[in-house]
Order: sequence, then C-alpha cells, then structure tokens
Amino acid sequence: MSETLLDVENLRVTFPTRQGEFQAVRGVSFTLGRERLGIVGESGSGKSMTGRAILRLIRPPGRVEADRMEFRGEDLLAKSERDMQKIRGQKISMVMQDPKFSLNPVMKIGEQIMEIYRFHTGAGRSAARRKAVEMLEAVQIRDPERVMRAYPHEMSGGMGQRIMIAMMLVTEPEILIADEPTSALDVSVQTQVLSIIDRLVRERGMGLIFISHDLNLVASFCDRVLIMYAGRIVEVCDAGKLHEATHPYTRGLLGSLPRIDAPQPRLEVLKRDPAWAQAPSVSGRT
Amino acid sequence: MTDLPPHGQTWRDWLNTDTPTSRSHARAAAAWHGWLRLKSNHMAMLGLYILIGLVAVAAFAPWIAPHDPLAQNLMNRLQPPGSPGHLLGTDSLGRDILSRMIYGSRITLYIVSLVAMIAPIVGLLVGTIAGYAGGWTDAILMRITDIFLAFPRLVLALAFVAALGAGIENAVLAISITAWPPYARIARAETLTIRNSDFIAAIRLQGARPLRIITRHIWPLCISSLIIRVTLDMAGIILTAAGLGFLGLGAQPPSPEWGAMVAEGRRFILDSWWVATMPGLAIFTVSLAFNLLGDGMRDVLDPKEGGTR
Amino acid sequence: MSRVSVENLNVWFGDGADRVDAVKNATFEVPSGASFGLVGESGSGKSTILRAIMGLVTTWSGRMTVGAFELGKKRPKDFYKDVQMVFQDPYASLHPRHSVDQVLGETLSLHGFRDIDQRIMKLLDDVGLGPSFRFRYPHQLSGGQRQRVAIARALAPEPSVILLDEPTSALDVSVQAEVLNLLADLREEHKLTYIMVSHNLAVVAHMCDTTAVMQNGEIVELMSVADMRAMRPSHPYTKHLLDSSFGYKPDAAQSA
Repeated sequence: MSETLLDVENLRVTFPTRQGEFQAVRGVSFTLGRERLGIVGESGSGKSMTGRAILRLIRPPGRVEADRMEFRGEDLLAKSERDMQKIRGQKISMVMQDPKFSLNPVMKIGEQIMEIYRFHTGAGRSAARRKAVEMLEAVQIRDPERVMRAYPHEMSGGMGQRIMIAMMLVTEPEILIADEPTSALDVSVQTQVLSIIDRLVRERGMGLIFISHDLNLVASFCDRVLIMYAGRIVEVCDAGKLHEATHPYTRGLLGSLPRIDAPQPRLEVLKRDPAWAQAPSVSGRT
Repeated sequence: MTDLPPHGQTWRDWLNTDTPTSRSHARAAAAWHGWLRLKSNHMAMLGLYILIGLVAVAAFAPWIAPHDPLAQNLMNRLQPPGSPGHLLGTDSLGRDILSRMIYGSRITLYIVSLVAMIAPIVGLLVGTIAGYAGGWTDAILMRITDIFLAFPRLVLALAFVAALGAGIENAVLAISITAWPPYARIARAETLTIRNSDFIAAIRLQGARPLRIITRHIWPLCISSLIIRVTLDMAGIILTAAGLGFLGLGAQPPSPEWGAMVAEGRRFILDSWWVATMPGLAIFTVSLAFNLLGDGMRDVLDPKEGGTR
Repeated sequence: MSRVSVENLNVWFGDGADRVDAVKNATFEVPSGASFGLVGESGSGKSTILRAIMGLVTTWSGRMTVGAFELGKKRPKDFYKDVQMVFQDPYASLHPRHSVDQVLGETLSLHGFRDIDQRIMKLLDDVGLGPSFRFRYPHQLSGGQRQRVAIARALAPEPSVILLDEPTSALDVSVQAEVLNLLADLREEHKLTYIMVSHNLAVVAHMCDTTAVMQNGEIVELMSVADMRAMRPSHPYTKHLLDSSFGYKPDAAQSA
C-alpha cells in the first residue's frame, strides 16, 4: 500500500443538547492511502459527520476531538481556520449529495468553478477559464462553453453532480470525500457519475472516501469498506469479501435487502442488539 | 387515560416525556418545551418581563399612581423630575407625569390589544382564502389588499377620523384597517406553499372540504408567522397611535394617552424636556419589549422540528 | 374481473407551447388482490399516474375504472373509502402540528365512523405501533414510524385498493425491510390490491406480480415477476435498468 494520506485515530464528534451531550461519532479510527475507502451506515450512524469532521466543517457548539487526525503528517486539529481554508477545496475536497443545494443558484457555473480555482491558486481570469473548461470536459460535459455561461437550475441532476465534481477537482486535491454523491440521482445517471469519479480518482492517484447508505454500491466501487453503526465502526472488510462479513449488523443489512434474482417471502428484519453500540470501535487502520 | 402525573412522577418528568398519554398531555408537553426554548433566550425574556410589567401597571394603576392623573394644579406647573411628590415632574397644567403615564398604559394596552386582534384575524381570513382558492377569488382579494396597502396609515386614519369623529375607538379602527394587509400577504404566501404539501393532498383524499382544510390544516401553520409579525408590528402600532394622539385625532384631552402627552410637551421641549421625554421613553420601552419578544417567539414557534433529511 | 383498469391515459401539465405530456397512452390492468408495480426513473410519469387515479390531477384524458367506479373529473365521496394512497416522503405527508391521534381520528370521522377510539387503537396495532405512539407529534417519530402512521391513515377507511408512491425510498434499508414486510402482511390480511411505484427494481420485484416499466411517460414493457427474476427483459430500456440495479460495474460504464 502506498503512503498514508490521512491518519485518523479515535475521532469523536460531540454536540451538547438539552438532554446532555450527544456523541455523533464515538471513536472512529482509520487510515487512508491512495485507495478507495467506503464508509457505509444508515442515518444516524455518524458517517456524514465523520466526513465533515475531517474537513473541520463542524461548527460550535459541536466539538471535534481525536487522538490523531493528520493529513500527510500535518495535524488537522491544530490548524487555524485560515490554514484549514487552504486545505479545504485544495488538498481535500468534498462532493455532497444534492447539487441543487451545493451550487450557488445565482452565480453562473463558470464563475463558480473559476472562483474556486483563483482563490486557491491565485491564477488570472483567462488561466482559470481554461482550467474550468478543461475540467468540464474531463467530466464528460459535451458543450462546456454553454455550461460555463449557464446557471445551476438549468442543469439536470446528473449534470449538476458532474459540475460539482469538476468544481471540487479543479484544484487537483489529494483526497476526495464524496458524501452520498449519487443518492439523489437516477440509477442510469448514477453509473455515469460513478465512472467519472472512478476514472478521475484513478488517473490522479487520489484517495477517495465514499460515504453512502448503499452497501452494495460501495462494495462494488471501493477497495475497503468500513461499516458504521451508532457512531462506531462495527466492521472493516475488503470490498470483494463483503459477503463473508461476520458482524451481525453487516449480515443483517445484507440480508434485509430485497434481491431481484433471489426471491424471499419475507425480508430479514434487523434485530438491533444494544451490545453493538457498546462494543469498542473496530479500527480501520492498515 | 390519566391526565395528571401518575404517582411517583414529578411534573418535570411528566412534561418532558416522549410518550404522552392523552391529547392534553401532549399539548402540555409541547407548550412546556416551547416555554423552555423561550426561557433560554434572555433578550426575549427581558421583553416578556417588560410587557408583564406593563400589564401589571395597567391593572394596578389606581393603587400605584401617586396622584390623580387628571388633577390640575396650576401652582405646580412644569416642575422638574425629582420634585417632592412628583417623581417624573409635572406637565403644563400641573398634573403628575408619572400618574398620567401609569394610567396611559391602560390606553396603550387597549389600543394594542384591539389592533392585535382585529388586523391579523382579518388578514388571516383574506390571505388564506385567497391563497387556497386561487383564480379570480385570489386576484380580487389581493387587489383589495393592494388598495389598502397603498394608503399611508396616517392619511387613512385621518380620513376615517374625519368621517367618524375623533376618539380612541375610531383611532383603533383606523389603525386596524391599515394594518391588516401585510398579514394577508403573509398568510397567502404561507398558504401557497402549504397547499402543495403531501399532507394537504392526503387530507383531500379523505374527502375533506376546503373549509376544514383551511381552518384545521392551514391556519395552524400560518398562525406562528402571524404571531411573530404581530409582536414586531406592535412597535409600529403604538407609534401610529401615538402619532394620531400627537395630531389630536386619537385620545382626546384630558386623556393621558402617551402620544398626546408627547404632543403636548412639544412646546416645552427646550426648557421642560421631561414633559415630552418621559412618555416618549415609555413608548420606546414598550416598543422595544415587543420587538425582543417577537424575535424570541420566532424561535419558539418555528423551531427546526425534525426537518428534512 | 380487474380491480383497476387504465386505458390510453394521457396526462399533461400546462397548455399550448408550455404543455408537458407527463403520461402518454398508458394502458394496464390490475386484477383484484394483485400487486402491480410501476417502475421508472424520475420524470417517467409513474407517480403522475397514481395522482391521476386519485383525482389530484385534473388534466387527463382516457379511461380509468376502479372497481365499479368509472372515473371522471371529480371523485365521488365513496371513492376515497375504497381507494387510498401512501405518499413517498414520510416527513411531508403528516401535518407537523397534528398528533397521530388527530391524524387518524380526523380520517375516521371524515369517513363517518363512530367508534373512533377503538379503531385508532386497532390501526396502531395493525401497523406495529403501540398505544404509546398515539399522542406523539411527527417530529417525535422516526421516518419508519411516520410511514407506518401514513399507512395506518390509508387503512383507516377500510379500502380495497392502496396506491403506494415510493413508500420506502426515503427510509433506511433496515427500516425498509420492516415496512415492506408490513405491507405484504397487510395485503394478505385485508385482501388488498396494490399499485406500487418505485425506482428500485429490487423492491418492485419483491412486492409485485407484474410490473410496468416506464420511460418518458410511456409504458415500454409489462413484465411479470418471473421474467424479471430470470433477467429476461424484452425492451432495451428495461435491460438498462436491470443492469444498473446491481451496483457499479466498470465495464458497464464504458458502454453507457
């Protein structure tokens, strides 16, 4: 395995509430190299919080703590907000679920991509413009000039997501965190967007953290999978070996999915064992 | 189904429960949580205390006021604040300003409550009917609303009072007539959004008539916006009433309405500044209190409940 | 004897130059007690068909028959006693200020039932929610619980046909399994006819006997569940949907 890009140990995300402190993430540890790591869980498992915590996007009163959270040896927790701004979008980027909510509706698409590029590299307008068009072509947009002049609401969901990917990769980051990038898309568009992510990540030798609730999708796309439950990692396995998973939660998730090729009169219902939430987090470190 | 906390459970636990046992229990629990949210907003609580103070002063006026608000004493004209027996001084007819302000709070409260009841209710009716019915009904009602919106408050009030004669009740009516259009707009906007929701479709699929849908389903959701708007409007209403009083169109002398007091003290503003300033401060304080409370109410009535995924 | 029959249904929105044809010439039949699936991507018109049947859309042409009712512009009051709908988004289909008790109580009283208390208890029991849920508000319920309440509301008038618009799309996978099991149980117990819309072929294969595949407002194929399980599509679009349902395949992406 190549060098370690991200090293996270015992990550904890806590929110104070009226009923006491709520821990959304409770002791997650993993390393990320130039590989694809999938984080799978249901709602409330803490998977999205983990992604946001890495980029220090959690605002007070939420707290992010960890024994270690390093990007290429640099301590992310110790960085000031100004230093984090240099990392976000430039070294570590994030693509979120719905482009409707992550693209600025009143700015032209070209302007948005150029703005990010210019902010991080200080390039001039024409250089930024060329780079933006290049990125739009890289995500297989057929008429990049037209898209540059268009507004986000004129784009379909799939195109919006591809534009999002272009925007997030224009600065050539080392790590891409994709938080449910295809959940809002139709099934046929999903394949296209995934293949674009696949190709770009491979070509640029990036690390990818793919967060999703779709176990099968993650297993078919990633190299390694972390399964999260109640803020902890309950199982770690290689993607190809998902069907040999041992933890009852993972098995329960796999069993409760309806399958086209395998009829079942009743779907297996997951019996949640409180012990799962109590057991210590499995380490995803290699 | 028990309504009160069962044996062994404190009131606090009963109200904090996740599993209410009856309709009233559920409502009480919801109200309790709303109260806790309001309590955590210190500025809003300040506003609330000031308003409670206002109501208390108005209620206990006869016992609090040191003097008769109408008693004139020409030997004691324009005494400054701190004079013996007159904490806030006297006005041009020797009447005690403090006592007049205390009794004036009743008038302010009267005006504010009446307008707060009339304007939002009229606005709610017009707005929700227009929003739900759509088509011609909507167009006509909204044009009527626009007509009323086009009149400056004071001008319409003047016209009204000219027609009906001066006096507090007519002033209230005049203010209400100009105050309802914004509520109609708000109610209509909310109705248009809500109208397309799945839960409205669902109740239509049970055969509900428009009247039931508007009153039981749309109104409860509009009411919070309206309440917030009312508290924020209070400041303006008090000032308009004061303005009318200032012009001599609202409360008639010798009534101690705050606006009229400011008007009367205008003549002496340079020498006897307290005659106009004291009631002015009262107007300011009550307006501020309503604003603070209104802001806090927004958090209570429109919290992020569950929300979207 | 078919319970639901739809012939040459056309649904459009807007007119003149702005007209959008959401459903074009849809024809299908659903026998009594069967479970029929409508599958397709967004914009395929599948949800629009349900809304047209329920009378939530008025710009349509064609012929729709449900049991003895031949559907016209308006729905007779009895129609809603026989045909009900469960919506997709459990967060949007319950009124935020009404408790579960109010939602069910109102439905029951609108349909003229008298013994409301008992019926509410029975409905909550039928959908697997205990009496402790009766006075909760929607924000105190999870997505799965809200959907159960929506199902209880649909069951309240004792219908024979239930239209389900993506009932589990917004739910977690484990919760989906519970809700699908519940729907299957209810169908058997109350002898219901289902028309279920979904974008998820696996869900439809699990729940439905026959499925109509829709693309751009048209039904391109009517497929039996046996054919679906054996992966025997006739239409290329169906094949494309089936292939995409199995996760990501790098070589499949190349050919897309």
